[in-house]
Amino acid sequence: MIILDVKNLKVYFSRGKKLIKAVDGVSFSIKQGETLGLAGESGSGKTVTALSLTKLISEAKFLGGEVVFKQKDILALASSQLQKIRGKEIAYIFQNPASSLNPVFRIGSQMVEIIMMHQNKSKKEAKSCALKMLQRVGIPDVQKNFESYPHQLSGGMNQRVMIAMALSCQPSLLIADEPTTNLDLTTQAQILELLQKIKHEQNLSLLFITHNLEILKRLVDRLAIMYAAQIVEFGENLFEHPLHPYTQALLSAQPGFEGRSQILKGEVPSPFDFPAGCRFHPRCPFKKAICEQEEPLMQEREKGHFVACHVAENVVK
Amino acid sequence: MNKLILFGISIIAVLVLLAVFAPFISPYNPQAIDVENILSPPNRVHILGTDSLGRDLFSRMLYGTRVSLEVGLVAVSVSLIIGVLLGSLAGYWGGRVDNLIMRFVDIMLCFPTFFLLLAMVAFLRATIFNIMLIIGLTSWMGIARLVRAEVLSIKEKDFVRYAKAMGAGNFKIISRHILPNALPPVLVAAVLGMGGAILTESALSFLGLGVQPPTASWGNILMEGKAVIDIGWWLTLFPGMAILVTVLGYNLLGEGLRK
Repeated sequence: MIILDVKNLKVYFSRGKKLIKAVDGVSFSIKQGETLGLAGESGSGKTVTALSLTKLISEAKFLGGEVVFKQKDILALASSQLQKIRGKEIAYIFQNPASSLNPVFRIGSQMVEIIMMHQNKSKKEAKSCALKMLQRVGIPDVQKNFESYPHQLSGGMNQRVMIAMALSCQPSLLIADEPTTNLDLTTQAQILELLQKIKHEQNLSLLFITHNLEILKRLVDRLAIMYAAQIVEFGENLFEHPLHPYTQALLSAQPGFEGRSQILKGEVPSPFDFPAGCRFHPRCPFKKAICEQEEPLMQEREKGHFVACHVAENVVK
Repeated sequence: MNKLILFGISIIAVLVLLAVFAPFISPYNPQAIDVENILSPPNRVHILGTDSLGRDLFSRMLYGTRVSLEVGLVAVSVSLIIGVLLGSLAGYWGGRVDNLIMRFVDIMLCFPTFFLLLAMVAFLRATIFNIMLIIGLTSWMGIARLVRAEVLSIKEKDFVRYAKAMGAGNFKIISRHILPNALPPVLVAAVLGMGGAILTESALSFLGLGVQPPTASWGNILMEGKAVIDIGWWLTLFPGMAILVTVLGYNLLGEGLRK
């Protein structure tokens, strides 16, 4: 069952007279209980995509397309209805756990606040619910840490608290935006394990955003690769059989890749001024004449494997 | 705690005690006229002397402490309510709301505050309560600007974005996530504002537009003393000193908190 269906999502910002296309026609879907990875370089539009799924980008000049979550078109909802979905049905985990928690309140009271906001519970019930959640995410000495301030906990601990907070209202979709980027490797592994465990327990759908492909390889069912505000490749067996030249280059740049790394020339194009045709063509080692003129469409090249590329068939593995 | 805070708090604590226990400490009724002891200099019976109606200066000043502290507290509360409200509206919503509110602040700041005060006093009756209200109504602009600036920077913080992502509404975001984090600088401004409000009240009373006799306030004791300054120096020296020390106490506390 598809729980979230994003069609042709566009998010534009304006700076002066210029238009910044942060997300430009992104489509993907997430099934119940599935983990979808969203990967791409910094500035490719991953975070903006994630935030616009519940209309959290208030500065956007233009927000278009469709985000259908459980038969509701989220982009058409009023803010009071959105507030009932945010945190309750779709919850987030952000990149910097320590700064994403309010520094002046104890973590316990912040959790109780979120629980009471979405569920009809008394303060006492909310507290016992929060304690249970903290225990589940592996916070030691729950009673004591319930009374801690965020600055008294380590980064990994704060991330656990955030996970507990995000899951305290049993959401059906969890959006994790680079949740382990600022953590050290062992903590990172622990957090990923925790996420996976909880995901299975709750049959949760997970949208996992990162630029770290190695993490995604272990974690995701399907993968979407973003480049210059668009998804260029989307599907199940991207790791084994990447079709888009950008995906191939990205994968070959990972440590542990057997064979020669492809080093891409040039830089990510500026969002003020994307190249005509395929946005990847200036850097593509396989480009043809058509790439400079015509924008490639998303096509299903293998079963469940979509690519937007004119040269994908010719590409040598 | 640093020395400034300690010093400031001690001064204010002593003043608060004096104000609270004024009826028990004061040796005379502050409004009791004693024609036989007009303008007696400080002595054993009247430790700070008497005024031109023979009233005990020490008693009058004790009751004046009450007025000053009350004015500081209430006037600053009024300006905090208005300033925090308008400042957070402007900072949080930005755009037109911000423009409208901040231009209103600019207009208010264009009036020389004291003339604004005088104009308002002319319309309202000069009761203590009205004086406090008027001082509050003419001194909120700095707080509004400060709160707006704080809100502008705090609203971009990760935890505010996270609160929004977890479904918090605007009111909750402002009241629970932004304002508590904006508290420290606002507190400093409020404490410094109390000193300012006390000075303003004294100035108004000195001009005869503030607290009206026979109720004693440091300002109107000064005014009455001014007429007899050549023969009754104590009538201007002591209330002057009291104002100085009080404002100093608030400013020291404010400076200490700022660090």
